[in-house]
Amino acid sequence: MEDLYREVILDHYKNPRGHGVIEDADATAEGVNPLCGDEVSIYVAFDEDGETIDEIKFSGRGCAISQAATSMLTEMVTGRTATEVGELSKDELLEEIGIPNMSPIRIKCALLGLGVLKVALHRAKGTALPQEWAGLDEEFQVR
Amino acid sequence: MAVGADMKLDAHALRADFPILAQEINGKPLAYLDSAVTAQKPRQVLDAMTQFYETSYGNVHRGVYALAERATEAFEGARERIARFVNAPSSRELIFTRNATEGLNLVAYAWGFTNLGPGDLVVVTELEHHSNFVPWQYVAKRTGAGFRMIPLTETGELDIDALDEIVAGGRVKVVATNLVSNALGTINPVDRLSAWAHEHEAIMVVDGAQAAPHLAIDVQAIGCDFFAFSAHKLCGPSGVGALWGRRELLEEMEPFNLGGHMIRKVQFEETTWGDLPHKFEAGTSPIAEAVGFGAAVDYITAAGLEAIERHEHELAAYALERLRDVPGIVLYGPPAERRAGIVSFNIEGIHPHDVAQVLDWEGVAIRAGHHCCQPLMHRLGVAATNRASFYLYTVPEEIDRLADGLLRVRKVFG
Repeated sequence: MEDLYREVILDHYKNPRGHGVIEDADATAEGVNPLCGDEVSIYVAFDEDGETIDEIKFSGRGCAISQAATSMLTEMVTGRTATEVGELSKDELLEEIGIPNMSPIRIKCALLGLGVLKVALHRAKGTALPQEWAGLDEEFQVR
Repeated sequence: MAVGADMKLDAHALRADFPILAQEINGKPLAYLDSAVTAQKPRQVLDAMTQFYETSYGNVHRGVYALAERATEAFEGARERIARFVNAPSSRELIFTRNATEGLNLVAYAWGFTNLGPGDLVVVTELEHHSNFVPWQYVAKRTGAGFRMIPLTETGELDIDALDEIVAGGRVKVVATNLVSNALGTINPVDRLSAWAHEHEAIMVVDGAQAAPHLAIDVQAIGCDFFAFSAHKLCGPSGVGALWGRRELLEEMEPFNLGGHMIRKVQFEETTWGDLPHKFEAGTSPIAEAVGFGAAVDYITAAGLEAIERHEHELAAYALERLRDVPGIVLYGPPAERRAGIVSFNIEGIHPHDVAQVLDWEGVAIRAGHHCCQPLMHRLGVAATNRASFYLYTVPEEIDRLADGLLRVRKVFG
């Protein structure tokens, strides 16, 4: 039960990695979880190949799970390509966060950052969101 | 039933009536502090429903056989008692609905669409639950009527001084407010607002969902035209509520749902409507739920509404006093004497979801969210709050566990 706030989550929450803004980002989006008001904005700068994620930053406010998960996400995706991250599954992120038996409400908190990142990347590349994420952009009111 | 001679409520004794409270959550005794979202059910209500299903169940107002008669008698008997519970002049003015929300929609649709138009005003409050806000916003938009909000003061109470400015903006036709706020516990001056509404020939619509469980209701003394409430917040089952309305208004109104049971005569060319209350009760009603609703009203009436109200005020005062000591706490709403047993708060820098989650480890159940009151959250400048709410079975020890749990929250996130 208390795994939900194990050390690593609290550490990411209190000391978020990749916190900030990238001016002139190549890909960007922001979203909220209307259920609890969590907010996340994501900024991505690509490498010279226009494909590899060179730098990713986020800003936002909300519960420990949403903010820690987004912080962990920035570490996970740096150096990976937009196509790879566009295909990254929910399970892969949830596994990385490593909380077993999270309730459906908290899973939504955990997935906010990834959903916003997906929209940012697919929008920058002009591709459609994968089936698994269809509708999530509306749910998170991603702009 | 445990009521002392001085009508002081013995919450510790009453708890024995609620089987669900005698369990552990995460290895700790359950402290259920979320009665404002829904109240737990005493054995008396559960037994009444089971007994009805086992001995008397049938559809109502239909069959000529014994079971149908028994079911009709139980259903109409519940209506009588619920009508008396709110001091309705006649049980024919008491319509069974699915919940308070459906009752409010009934009024917004069946009265609003016929009577509202450009130049008219619908007045709600900044403290409204979405159930008494969204239907009126929608009907106002669809009919071209204006939509206004009575703002709040710093203590989360209605700013009555704003009424003059509102009435200068058009013909006030509807005033809709709750009697008790589900989010802050504020008890609103609804009798005063009713008088103001009638002065301007408007109808007064009261959302009583949060009030009916906690104070003695007298719709005639309040002076309103409609009063909607739900069974599930007053120890009854979910899926049933009631709307009381003034007979002359209900009689004038068009029906809301159409179909079986609500008709007088159906012909290809035309259908005529049945008498009150059947005109507004299309289809098979929540029959056993209505019986449970009646049993719940009996239960809380026996406990004593005055005793419940006093008990809740004491708990609210105690909670405000205990929580004040938690570092970083922000408390919302009026002083204890002007609120029901509801305490909304935030802890600086810690999201309500995280607060509620840590409390759950301690077996303490509270609500974290916007409480279906987004306009209010906007006014408070927050996305969400924590809310602890109490009922007749709540004991001060549970508030102690809440306060201790909040110190633990501080420790986890400090």
